[in-house]
Amino acid sequence: MAVTLAGLMAIDIVGELEFIWRILPELGKGLVTTLELTALALTAGLVLAVPTAVVRTYTRGPLNWLFTAYVEVFRGTPLLVQLFVVYYGLPEMGIVFDRFFSAWAALTLNSAAYQSEYIRGAIMSVSEGQLTAARSLGMRPLQAFRWVVLPQALRLALPAWSNEVAYMVKYVSVVYMIALPELFTRGAMIRSRTFKVWSPMISVAVIYLGVVIGITRVMDYVEKRLRIPGLESGHGGREY
Amino acid sequence: MTEPILRVENIHKAYGPTEVLRGVSVDVRPGEVVVIIGPSGTGKSTLLRCVNQLTPPDQGRVWLKDVELTDKRTDINKARERIGMVFQDFNLFTHLTALQNVMLGLTKVKRMKPTAARAKAVMELEKVGLADKADLYPAELSGGQKQRAAIARSLAMDPEVMLFDEPTSALDPELIGEVLEVMQDLAAEGMTMLVVSHEMGFAREVADRIIFLENGVIADEGPPEQFFTNPKNPRTREFLWKLTELYGNHGEKGSRRSGRRGR
Repeated sequence: MAVTLAGLMAIDIVGELEFIWRILPELGKGLVTTLELTALALTAGLVLAVPTAVVRTYTRGPLNWLFTAYVEVFRGTPLLVQLFVVYYGLPEMGIVFDRFFSAWAALTLNSAAYQSEYIRGAIMSVSEGQLTAARSLGMRPLQAFRWVVLPQALRLALPAWSNEVAYMVKYVSVVYMIALPELFTRGAMIRSRTFKVWSPMISVAVIYLGVVIGITRVMDYVEKRLRIPGLESGHGGREY
Repeated sequence: MTEPILRVENIHKAYGPTEVLRGVSVDVRPGEVVVIIGPSGTGKSTLLRCVNQLTPPDQGRVWLKDVELTDKRTDINKARERIGMVFQDFNLFTHLTALQNVMLGLTKVKRMKPTAARAKAVMELEKVGLADKADLYPAELSGGQKQRAAIARSLAMDPEVMLFDEPTSALDPELIGEVLEVMQDLAAEGMTMLVVSHEMGFAREVADRIIFLENGVIADEGPPEQFFTNPKNPRTREFLWKLTELYGNHGEKGSRRSGRRGR
């Protein structure tokens, strides 16, 4: 106890703050990388997730099996394994990507698998009658999906999707394992260079916290703006 | 007698081992209102869905004028533009306002310009008395208003035939009248209608012909006067009696508008 107290007394607060001030620009660069990877993986993931969800909801047979296998594999194995396969495994087969692209590819494939499940659930909770009504007006299947089912499904999936955004910001930190200098990697590099643990790690943690809180607020706002009476998730739009 | 606009010929439909329709034929002439009644589970809704191929029949044919809808080579989407359908559960598009519901078919199927589509949609909503509700979402409308908006959505496509699948069955009794009135006006304008309904007042006043469907076949058929007073099949009398027991006579209130039916 005495040792700990002595340790606490010995902390040079002003010195630590100066230190944090000095490492902020470096952490800032890391944050930019983190946000870039998050945004790119989420958007590419969404682009892959919609067709994946459609195939898994509306088709049977080999195509369905293929996409189901994809989703199961990427949801059922660690992201870290997926990252290593892309960055260290593929080069052995002659396919070489740089760090950033490898990280992006692994994060995208992983996120798309999860996002497709949110969207699939949302599609299934849009009532059958919506599609029937659209078809009875003379809409082709894809038109009916695009203009009637998808807009409802995306709204219903939004709360789950908001979580995915907050998760992704933090998941991105696994790219530390391939030495890609995003926020956490930068913090870890500072630690090994300066032998200081607390200041860099707390700084990194506070930045993550701020970003996630900010994202949550923004997503709450977006959800509120896009809200349509009768189409809150949980209702599943079944009533109408 | 004029040529039928809609010809339904010998329709068979089974779900697994259950044969829902066992050879049903119906001809509907332009401007005619045909009301289909019958016990639940007897294939009334299936018959309507076989007409616009939402449920393709196992056997039999359907013609809309000279287009065979059951022909695989027919562009069924084109044909469906010509057949309006109104559902028991309304099926308004939840994410769109009443106005946008009516506009969607016009812009996406008929490829109308948004301004023209909007003008037409406003007109259709006025026709069903919902102009002031145009910007409300389905969840903000009453059941009767939802069904009227759904009728407007179908009418906007300028259909040649309208199918009504128990349009008032999901409504609270006090909201049934407003929907029946819209349908009655539509009949008076000369719309060809095939209606599945238990509203005997409506059937009596508006129908040109009533079909009694039972166990997947037409058990009785005739103009309302004959149908209600002197049914050919004793089962019809029994069913009509049960309907009165179950639903009472609130459907009869449609009769006060009977004077408006001029065709």
